[in-house]
Amino acid sequence: MTNVLLILFIISLLYVAIANRIITYVRVLAIQGFILFGVTFLQLQDIQTWNLVLILLETIVFKALAVPIFLGYLIKRNKITRETEPYLPHFISLIIITIIVVVTVLLANSIQDTHLDKIFFIVSLSTLFTGLYFIASRKKIITHVMGYLMIENGVFVLSLAVGNEMPNLVNLGIMLDVFASVLILGIFLNKIGDVFKDVDVDQLSNLKDY
Amino acid sequence: MMTGIYLICAFLIAGLLFVNRNTIINNTLVILFGLLQTGFTIYAGFEYKNSVLVYFTFDSLGLLLLFTLSIITIPALLHSYLYIKRHDETPQSIALYFSAIVLLITSITAAYLANHIAVIWIFTEMTTLSASVLIYHHRNKLALEGTWKYVFICAISITFVFIGILFLSLSLQNAGSNDLSFANLMAYKDQLNPFWLRLAFLFIFTGFTAKLGLVPMYTAGIDAKDKAPAPAGALLASVLMNLGFVGIFRFYAIIAHTSLFHWANLIIFIAAFLSIFVATVYMTKVTNIKRMLAYSGIEHMGIVMLGIAAGGIGYYAAILHIILHAFIKSSLFFQFNQLYRTFQSKSINHVGNYFKYNPTGAIVLLFGFISATAMPPSGLFVSEFLIFRSLFEGSYIILLVVVLLLLTIVIWAFGKNILKILFLPVQGLNEINIPKINPWESLSQYILLFTAIWLGLNPPSVFVHLIQDAVKILPN
Repeated sequence: MTNVLLILFIISLLYVAIANRIITYVRVLAIQGFILFGVTFLQLQDIQTWNLVLILLETIVFKALAVPIFLGYLIKRNKITRETEPYLPHFISLIIITIIVVVTVLLANSIQDTHLDKIFFIVSLSTLFTGLYFIASRKKIITHVMGYLMIENGVFVLSLAVGNEMPNLVNLGIMLDVFASVLILGIFLNKIGDVFKDVDVDQLSNLKDY
Repeated sequence: MMTGIYLICAFLIAGLLFVNRNTIINNTLVILFGLLQTGFTIYAGFEYKNSVLVYFTFDSLGLLLLFTLSIITIPALLHSYLYIKRHDETPQSIALYFSAIVLLITSITAAYLANHIAVIWIFTEMTTLSASVLIYHHRNKLALEGTWKYVFICAISITFVFIGILFLSLSLQNAGSNDLSFANLMAYKDQLNPFWLRLAFLFIFTGFTAKLGLVPMYTAGIDAKDKAPAPAGALLASVLMNLGFVGIFRFYAIIAHTSLFHWANLIIFIAAFLSIFVATVYMTKVTNIKRMLAYSGIEHMGIVMLGIAAGGIGYYAAILHIILHAFIKSSLFFQFNQLYRTFQSKSINHVGNYFKYNPTGAIVLLFGFISATAMPPSGLFVSEFLIFRSLFEGSYIILLVVVLLLLTIVIWAFGKNILKILFLPVQGLNEINIPKINPWESLSQYILLFTAIWLGLNPPSVFVHLIQDAVKILPN
């Protein structure tokens, strides 16, 4: 069951690659939140109940509900256009992400480690690189934020892999989640939308050296 | 016990500064924090080698950098006070500024002393938070852009460090332990799984380069030092960079005892060389004085990491270099603020003939330039010379020659700009608007620069002993 959920997670990455509208990204982030909720529930069986409840609450309330709703609100408030405006065509994005997944699978096969379920490694590493790819290849700042949130989801998957032995690391991951999301989304909500009317990265190139 | 009191008091002061709107209370609290920081530093000297509150150890490296931090803290608070007084600030923005600077100094202190990689990580996160408030102090479009870039890149870097910690925990699990303190990692160093350790090093190193200011993540720091007010920029350009060094150094000390030692050195060599290269390229182009100083910092961090990777005497020199660099670079940033008040511009093209308007400050700039480019009698001359010697002894001759060439270009570019600022008159400057600057405001810069010279040329035996003890954990 865990494997099914994690494979769904990878499929969601491929879906983002060909998505045309920003709202689809938001929905995928919400779906990923629910998938992580399921994986957490199935995976973390050896840890204390209150800790498990905390982690589950974080995935369902924060990742699956609060952040997507907030992103939707931001899009509306700042009147961000619906297009995702990638620099590259969707087809190439799809191929690049497939290559990323294949490479991580190959890398994972070279590991000799009995402690780790390899699928966690594959999912988290491919999510990390996919997120970085989204950040590099999309034009709007808000898609950068979403790429970052996706990276965080990937990191969360990896922290679940060691969660039974070191639950504190999962808690640290949650701290990172909340902290970074609040900081980034806070700046985004309060300032960038107000100051820069059309929120493309092109507008953020006034700090330069010559 | 005292450490707990220090942390609680410092956070309390930061909180009170945040809610307070009264100028007198604000100043009292800032002075209190200065006393608290100094007191804690002296106390730390007596607790040498002891561990407190499980997660903090007063080891040699931590103590050295803590003393550096506390010495820079006093002028930083003083110049912040002068800076705030001269600008038309609302009580709210004053409160936010001082609260953030107190939080920044406290979290850097805690991160220096932490003996657990996750604790360093937490306090590094807190420095990002407080630094972003300082960068956004002026609340204009450019400051927002700088803040946004800093926050975003630091968030990614901090995530990288976290991934590294996760890989490290996987590596440690193979050894049958799950305590991520540096002492425990060192105890299990022979049983760590090399595959996971390799990934862990890559991610942790990349993550901390955002604070240290190396390729690949150095970009955020440049904008940050440019947009933050100069007294805060001085902290970002000196002690915060040292924090990145602490994070990498403590983990590197463990890697150095495993089979990955040479591989890790190679990675560090590449990053360090590219940093020096990038810094050189930008130094020849840049016209913004603050950014020029920031790029000079990138170059110095590259030299420091070359020393670490070359080994031998390079370890000693690297730590000496990073301490002296902190003093010199912070004094240049403090002086920059007066320069800006004189000319009302950051651009080299609008600044000139500084000797005529403020001779005291001009001498600071000249001295700072000589120090930062490691010409004798600068203390950096000693450390840089030792680093080059370690490169020579490690027979990295080609690398050494290329680095020396690049450094010559840096000196040329730096010198061209600084001499223009000092001597060449600027066209169309309205001399009536130029304010008279009190020469005493340069006193702290003189003290910092002379400290750097003194520590470099005639280091007290305690200082030498501490550095030697700090590098003892590395293989010879």
